[in-house]
Amino acid sequence: MSQGPSERRFTTLSGLPVERVYGPEHVKGDAGERLGEPGAYPYTRGIYPTMYRGRLWTMRQYAGYATAEESNRRYRYLLEQGQTGLSVAFDLPTQIGYDSDDPMARGEVGKVGVAIDTLADMETLFAGIPLDRVSTSMTINATAAILLAMYIAVAKKQGVRPEQLNGTVQNDILKEYVARGTYIFPPEPSMRLVTNIFEYCAKHVPNWNTISISGYHMREAGCTAVQEVAFTLANAIAYVEAAVRAGLDVDTFAPRLSFFFCSQIDFFEEIAKFRAARRLWARIMRERFGARNERSWMLRFHTQTAGASLTAQQPENNVVRTAIEALAAVLGGTQSLHTNSMDEALALPTEASARLALRTQQIIAYETGVTNAVDPVGGSYFVEHLTDVIEEEAEKHIRRIDELGGATRAIAYMQREIEDAAYRLQRAVESGERTVVGVNAFTIEEEPPRGLLRVDPSLEEAQRARLREVREERDAAAVERALDRLEEAARGDDNLMEPILEAVEAYASIGEICARLRRVFGEYEAEVALS
Amino acid sequence: MTRPIRVLMAKVGLDGHDRGAKVIARALRDAGMEVIYTGLRQTPEQIAEAALQEDVDVVGLSSLSGAHDTLFPAVVQALRARGLDDVVVIGGGIIPAEDVPALKAAGIAEIFGPGTPTSEIVEYVRRAVAARAGGPA
Repeated sequence: MSQGPSERRFTTLSGLPVERVYGPEHVKGDAGERLGEPGAYPYTRGIYPTMYRGRLWTMRQYAGYATAEESNRRYRYLLEQGQTGLSVAFDLPTQIGYDSDDPMARGEVGKVGVAIDTLADMETLFAGIPLDRVSTSMTINATAAILLAMYIAVAKKQGVRPEQLNGTVQNDILKEYVARGTYIFPPEPSMRLVTNIFEYCAKHVPNWNTISISGYHMREAGCTAVQEVAFTLANAIAYVEAAVRAGLDVDTFAPRLSFFFCSQIDFFEEIAKFRAARRLWARIMRERFGARNERSWMLRFHTQTAGASLTAQQPENNVVRTAIEALAAVLGGTQSLHTNSMDEALALPTEASARLALRTQQIIAYETGVTNAVDPVGGSYFVEHLTDVIEEEAEKHIRRIDELGGATRAIAYMQREIEDAAYRLQRAVESGERTVVGVNAFTIEEEPPRGLLRVDPSLEEAQRARLREVREERDAAAVERALDRLEEAARGDDNLMEPILEAVEAYASIGEICARLRRVFGEYEAEVALS
Repeated sequence: MTRPIRVLMAKVGLDGHDRGAKVIARALRDAGMEVIYTGLRQTPEQIAEAALQEDVDVVGLSSLSGAHDTLFPAVVQALRARGLDDVVVIGGGIIPAEDVPALKAAGIAEIFGPGTPTSEIVEYVRRAVAARAGGPA
């Protein structure tokens, strides 16, 4: 580290220039109006007047692996430890609509989340967890309608009515094409499934967050803070437009839209990002879509600390990174938070590392005092300036995406921007322009870490056996009837939630349901091009 | 005149995280190699077929979903089934150090963990291809 301070370039992680010191001249226009009051338009300072004085954020650790039994045990453990909401990770076959015995599922069953084939697995997953008292977030996109139907069906069996359910399905398919890759169908039928969920929930599951529009994965794929705001809101605009085109009144579904952002390591840039996103969304909803319900203007968001900022080298350093990122999310006014575990650059978290990650949130919440005043960084010349700049720069990207015909047509543009940013950052790390402690500075000789969590490879066969059992026990004729009805509905314009619910309740598998939908909708063919 | 080193970068299995694969593809290309990227969700058989069609020297595999134990060796087998015994197979992603010996025994030449500089991978590929051709390393 030979660079003296005079040689360094002072920029944020996104590359925004940073001055030596900020003063009133850096804050534009009528600061009072741009700031507003917490709980009031444009919500720069937070969506609630009292914020964490009234209620802390939901501590929602994303977890799930192996079998439904194993994940059920982890959920009960986390709830006992003071976690306040569940967040379910599903394995990739479940997310992409393959049963555990499909050849495409080879090697992937139960690996990055729990394997769910039929309603029987979902019943096991939530056994002993009262669904009227826990809110559940499900990271599921292409198969969101099916998993939500299963959740509703499990609740019914527990005697819980759909209107008592609280939770979120991620259900953001556009970012899957852009960055995360768990798409099944082409954009148009996918958007139909998304809006079908909006419509069904507005009628039957009114407290459900019908989508969590996610910048997180685009950020993890390498985009900057500015791009994260821009691309997430551009995708959100596409969902609102699709729903309005489908005949829904904006104020019936917009209050149930929620967001999901990443909190990276550049502390002030991240705080400003959350504030800018909130203000920009409020303006878009009010001015662009004419929403009149105040709740339609409010950007409510979950945050996860940045997986991509974690290092395999000296993994204990990740505890510090995560704490700083979590603090930025809290100062930025998040409604819910997942803190990553220190071992996640190496494997799924162990129970001990997951607990430490949760404790990190609890220390911020209960010991630091940062929850006492609302928007404590508001009025900082630097933070207000950054908030303005991020808002302006994000708007430029949104205008560009509008010119390209909206987010569904701008997938390649967003991918290219993200790839360029990822490569720029990699070069900056390798040239030493950007320091990563333990990786390109302050390195030590290390032994490979021990005691990482491993998913038992024999589980894949056990899960296939479970699926065989369910197939043998269920009423095969009822399954066929339900699947036929679903396929017919898919060919027409009916809302697909009802027929999916019927199929799920007959114990049709995710693979069977998706096979019928694939027959009607086809599959998305990704363009493969390196920029 | 020798032709440039040809590399197939491949995402095997269902994992959709391809930031690393794409960054490495660009770094190899910037180093003068010809790089083909398969895109997502490739089976071992599809990857081996592409390696055959594209006549590559190197296959780079990426997986972050924990499926590497099953899928990486399956790629090596599929390559061998097509007579591609001298293709250098390397891997990366989220791969615990304790899995590496078994992967190497299965024919993966090297595993690159998170935080590996791309320059190190470029250098490795050059040496491995040169060594394979029987030339000086």
